[in-house]
Amino acid sequence: MSLRHLGARIVQYGPVIAVFGAFIGIWYLVHHVILDDRRRFIVPPPHRVIEGAFLKSKARSELLEGLVNTGRIALIGFVIASVAALVGAVIMALSRMVERALFPYAVALQTIPILALVPLFSVWFGPTRTARVVTCVLVALFPILTSFLFGLKSVDRGHVDLFRLNQAGVRTRLFKLQLPAALPSIFTGLRIGAGLCVIGALVADFFFTRGDMGLGRLLNNYAKRLEYEKLFGGVILASLLGVAIYVLIGWLGNRMLRNWHESEARAA
Amino acid sequence: MSSPTLPESSSNNSEPELGSVERVSAPRHRDGLEFDHVSMVFPDGTHAVDDVSFNVRRGEFVTVVGPSGCGKSTLLRIASGLTAHTAGECRVDRQQLGYVFQDATLLPWRTVRRNVELNAELQGMAKTERRQRANEAIELVGLTGHESKYPKQLSGGMKMRCSVARALVLSPSVFMFDEPFGALDEITRERLNDELLRLFVHEGFAGLFITHSIAEAVFLSTRVLCMSARPGRIIADIPIEFPYPRQHELRYEARFGELCGQVSEALKEAHG
Repeated sequence: MSLRHLGARIVQYGPVIAVFGAFIGIWYLVHHVILDDRRRFIVPPPHRVIEGAFLKSKARSELLEGLVNTGRIALIGFVIASVAALVGAVIMALSRMVERALFPYAVALQTIPILALVPLFSVWFGPTRTARVVTCVLVALFPILTSFLFGLKSVDRGHVDLFRLNQAGVRTRLFKLQLPAALPSIFTGLRIGAGLCVIGALVADFFFTRGDMGLGRLLNNYAKRLEYEKLFGGVILASLLGVAIYVLIGWLGNRMLRNWHESEARAA
Repeated sequence: MSSPTLPESSSNNSEPELGSVERVSAPRHRDGLEFDHVSMVFPDGTHAVDDVSFNVRRGEFVTVVGPSGCGKSTLLRIASGLTAHTAGECRVDRQQLGYVFQDATLLPWRTVRRNVELNAELQGMAKTERRQRANEAIELVGLTGHESKYPKQLSGGMKMRCSVARALVLSPSVFMFDEPFGALDEITRERLNDELLRLFVHEGFAGLFITHSIAEAVFLSTRVLCMSARPGRIIADIPIEFPYPRQHELRYEARFGELCGQVSEALKEAHG
C-alpha cells in the first residue's frame, strides 16, 4: 500500500474511528467523573462489560443463545413480511381497484401503534414463537409495502410509452420494467424493514414469557437483577444484530444496483 | 413494357420487403403514413390538433416545426397509436414503426447492447437474430466499443444514438422523431443531424421529424410543415429541393439561408 493510499484511508475512516474513540472516552468519563460513588454501578466501564458479559463463559453462552433466538425470530418475520409486501405491492400496482380498496387500510394500520397490540397477540397465539413472529411481521410489513408500491408506481412515463409502442403485455411490463425500476425502492424498503424486525423481535420478547429465551427477556432479567455488565453486553449485541442486518442488505443492494443507479454509485 | 397499375410510388420502393409481410396484421399502408383530416380534442375541450392532412412516403423526410405546445408531439403520438385522435383518419403501418422520444428513454439497468435489443425483444424476435441486428444497429450509429456500458456512463449524444439504434433494429418503414436532439448542444446536434441523414439515405424509410429548430428542419427535410399555435394547424408546406446525400457545408449556402427565412416568415405569420 502506497503512502498516498494510506493517507486516503485515514481521511476516509479517520473521522469514524475518532468518534468511536470519543464515545468510549465519554463512557469512561461518565463512570469515573460524572457519577458519584454510590451510583457508579449503573454505568459499568467498557472493560468491565466485556469481562462480565463476553469473557465469562456462562454469561457469554446465555447472551449468544439469546442473540441467535432473537435473530431467528427477526429473520423469519423479515422474510414473511418481505414476501407478503412484494405480493401485496405487485397486486396493488397491477390493479388500481385493489389499491383503492386496500391502500387506505395499509396507511391506517401504519398509524396504529402495532406495539400496543402485542399483548393481544399473546392472548391469541400464546406467548410463543408464533406471537413473536406475528409482531415482527406486522411491525415491518407496511413500511416495506409502501416502499415497494412507491417503487413499482414511479415508473418513467417515457418507458411506459416505449413498452406500449411495442405492444408489451402486463406481465412483460411487470418483469422487464416495473420490478427492475422499483429495485432501489425495494432495497430501501428491505433495509427499513430489517431494522424494524429486530425491534419487533426484541419488544415481543419483553412481553412473551414462554418459548426460547431471546435477548429482550434477557435484558429484562438483567435489569431486574441489577446485572449491569450483562445488561450492557446484551444492548451491544442487539445493536450489532441491527447493524449487521443493515449492512448485509446494504451490501446486497449495492451489488445489484451499483452499475446503474445513482444512489449506489461508487465513490471516486 | 407496361407494368400493371403501379400507383405513384417513391423512387426506392415498389413492394415492401417480403420477409416482413407475415408479421403484419393491422391494415397496412404500403407507403409510409397518411394524416387525413385528423383532429384531436382533449377531454377538457382543448383543441390540440385541428384538421391536419399530409402524407409522408418512403424516401421522404418531413419535418414539422412550430411553437412549443402547438401539438407537434401530439401528431406523433396519434400516428404511433399512443394517443387516440378524435376525428379524421390516420393510416400508418404500426408494425414497422420506429419512434425516438424526446428523452433517450434508455432502461438504466440495461447495457447499451441490451437496450438496443429491447424493442426486438419485446416484439418477440429470436435471440440470435436480434443480437445480430443490434450489433449492426450499434455499428450504424457509431457506438461500437460501448456495448457493455450502462446509460449513466454515456454522454447525452451517445444516449440519443443508442435510442436511435434501438428503433433501427426493427428496420422501420416509418421512422418518427419527437425533438430527439433538443436537449443537446449545437455541435453535437449538427453532427447527429449529419448522421441521421446518412441513415435516411441508407435505409430509405419515411421520416417524420418534430423540432423547433428551423435550421435543423431545413437541413434534414424534403418538406417542412409549419404549424400554428394551438389549435395546431398546418399553415405552410415548404419543399426543400436539395438532393441527398447532403453535406455538412450545405448549411453555409445562400439558398439554405433563404429557405430558413421562408420557414421563419411562415411561422411569424402564424403568430399574427
